[in-house]
Amino acid sequence: MDQATQLEIDREKGNFRYETDYAFDAGVGLRPATVDYIAEVKGEAPWVREFRHKALKIFESKPMPTHWATKDLEAIDFSKIRYYLSQGQKPSRTWDEVPADIKKTFERLGIPEQERKFLAGVEAQFDSEAAYSRMKEGLSKLGVIFVGPTEGLKEHEEIFRPWFGKVIPTSDNKFSALNSAVFSGGSFIYVPKGVKVKQPLQAYFRINAENFGQFERTLIIADEGAEVTYMEGCTAPKFETATLHSAVVELVALKGAKIQYITVQNWSNNVFNLVTKRGLAHEESEIRWIDCNIGSRLTMKYPGVILKGRRARGEVLSIALANDGQHQDTGAKMIHAADETTSNIIAKSISVGQGRSTYRGLVQIPKHLKNCKNNTECDALLINANSRTDTYPAITVRGEGNSVQHEASVSKVSAEQIFYMRSRGLSEAAAMSLSVNGFINDLVREFPMEYSVELKRLIELEMEGSVG
Amino acid sequence: MPSLDIRNLCVSIGEKPILKDFSLSLPKGEVHAIMGPNGTGKSTLAKALAGHEDYTITGGEVFLDGELLLGLEPEARAKLGLFLAFQYPCEIPGVSIANFLRAASQARLPEGQEVAAVEFYKKLHGKMDALKMDRKFTARSLNEGFSGGERKRCEILQMMMLEPKYAIMDETDSGLDIDALKIVAQGVNLMRGPELGVLVITHYQRLLDYIVPDKVHVMWDGRIVKSGGKELAFELEAKGYDWVSKELAPSAKN
Repeated sequence: MDQATQLEIDREKGNFRYETDYAFDAGVGLRPATVDYIAEVKGEAPWVREFRHKALKIFESKPMPTHWATKDLEAIDFSKIRYYLSQGQKPSRTWDEVPADIKKTFERLGIPEQERKFLAGVEAQFDSEAAYSRMKEGLSKLGVIFVGPTEGLKEHEEIFRPWFGKVIPTSDNKFSALNSAVFSGGSFIYVPKGVKVKQPLQAYFRINAENFGQFERTLIIADEGAEVTYMEGCTAPKFETATLHSAVVELVALKGAKIQYITVQNWSNNVFNLVTKRGLAHEESEIRWIDCNIGSRLTMKYPGVILKGRRARGEVLSIALANDGQHQDTGAKMIHAADETTSNIIAKSISVGQGRSTYRGLVQIPKHLKNCKNNTECDALLINANSRTDTYPAITVRGEGNSVQHEASVSKVSAEQIFYMRSRGLSEAAAMSLSVNGFINDLVREFPMEYSVELKRLIELEMEGSVG
Repeated sequence: MPSLDIRNLCVSIGEKPILKDFSLSLPKGEVHAIMGPNGTGKSTLAKALAGHEDYTITGGEVFLDGELLLGLEPEARAKLGLFLAFQYPCEIPGVSIANFLRAASQARLPEGQEVAAVEFYKKLHGKMDALKMDRKFTARSLNEGFSGGERKRCEILQMMMLEPKYAIMDETDSGLDIDALKIVAQGVNLMRGPELGVLVITHYQRLLDYIVPDKVHVMWDGRIVKSGGKELAFELEAKGYDWVSKELAPSAKN
């Protein structure tokens, strides 16, 4: 029924914290010694350590991108952040082995329950390391690998090293360099030729410590004809001070493979969420990003696809909701690099109160290519008069026989619409959340059911908070 | 006797007084028509009763079955049993009629209670059949791209689903062809009965051929200047609104 396509998430769900003892702590601030500590604790190969040190130098040499991005980035004090915190490096394979305080956290977030219900595998990261990681047995028999980066680079170097840092080079931007220096946690996934993983694999990222930086690193490789869906969820308690989350996610879809990557970001409003996500799509493959950004103080994230092989397809579907004190600076990149490649971007943003949403898009179709197509739609919805939305689309299409479509709209929930709904008995908040759900409805239909239901509740709660 | 009782209501838009000492009692179970020329305050009455914030109440009281209506939020008035069929129902993109009605039904239930989906759709389909509506209709976004007739039929469907005690129909006939008019009237007639009071606001007598009122009130300059039986509508149609301004209005001022 149409009801099921609505979005639901609880913004308060993650706002709690249990006291935790950390056995491993890299201390405060970022120095070469910090990098060494992380490499040491993880027992990494020399090439990985070297990769980290190089990245640290690049990070230090790059300026903050404030010439185009918000000045709010300057509020991040890298010398006051803790870069590595964990209770141990080996994730447990059963929930019973997970340390009690951490287990309690994930139980409260409903992760074990979701695993039982509809997931093929789960990884639950608590600050720097995964506390739990398990995949259905049948999948490992098929050769599917679902581990963290430490284990991935150590035990399966031949699979992951060739692609590691290749889709997103360390020097891509200041934050990809930061991540490359201090990455810990995240998912390394390999799906062998022709294997179609029917149920989603899920990672849950939890920040528990204050003044902490979480830098997970994810690399998903779908071999020829393979299919996989990966979902990530994130929460953190509300702290007084800012927290940093800066991930790098690389996807590689080999010939005819399909990767779907779904994010529901529900960070608390003090988290700087600065993430680089990109996929490399080979011949006839498909990469699809579904990206929902609800929380955080500032999110900067532009998932992209490099369409490298003939007839590759790339898609970004994104929803951003910016409430008071939040800035969602999101978008998409589509780099066409082969004939007959197609890309689709649908971005919807909602600005509530003094919330600000920004769309940045980049579409490139160079002159020598034939029969490439891009469709871009970005729609913004403003809830109050003082909400703000900006759109910066950059579309470069050259050559004959390539086509591009771009549509943008800005609409406002009018007082007349609200009155109309209230006159039928709906509260002001319910009326607003109904219009917001209506605005994103066609996109939400593309989402897996489990997320739709959660997201809807979130929007209702956000709307309740935004009216008198 | 249960009624929608409007006593000496004064309403302004900004500084401008529109309703001036307006009084009317609509007993439950009756259908009353309010007729009058444009700009006389008919729609202001409808919006003010529903609780639109642009309309400032400067005096008077309104009781719905003895309960004070003014001062309540629009949604609270709706829950008390008031329904306004809008003259220009607005578009709510992306929200299907079915979902909207379900949310509105949900809003009427006590906290923790859920609308039962099966019963809801059974009721909805029953009402749609009565209005000769295609089942696909309620999957469409509320009023989005609707013709004038579709909008009004959608209003009637909402009214039938929400089962108000008192319904105000604000120029429901405007923009309707005769077939749509008949369907709208049929909907109102289906609901007519001892449990519903209806206030039909109209400019023309035409609608009253299909919804035969128990009483007709003629409105001029913010108040009722003449009340009578259904024959008053014919008299008004025959004599025109000039008759009101020349003969009825001056007497009302005294």
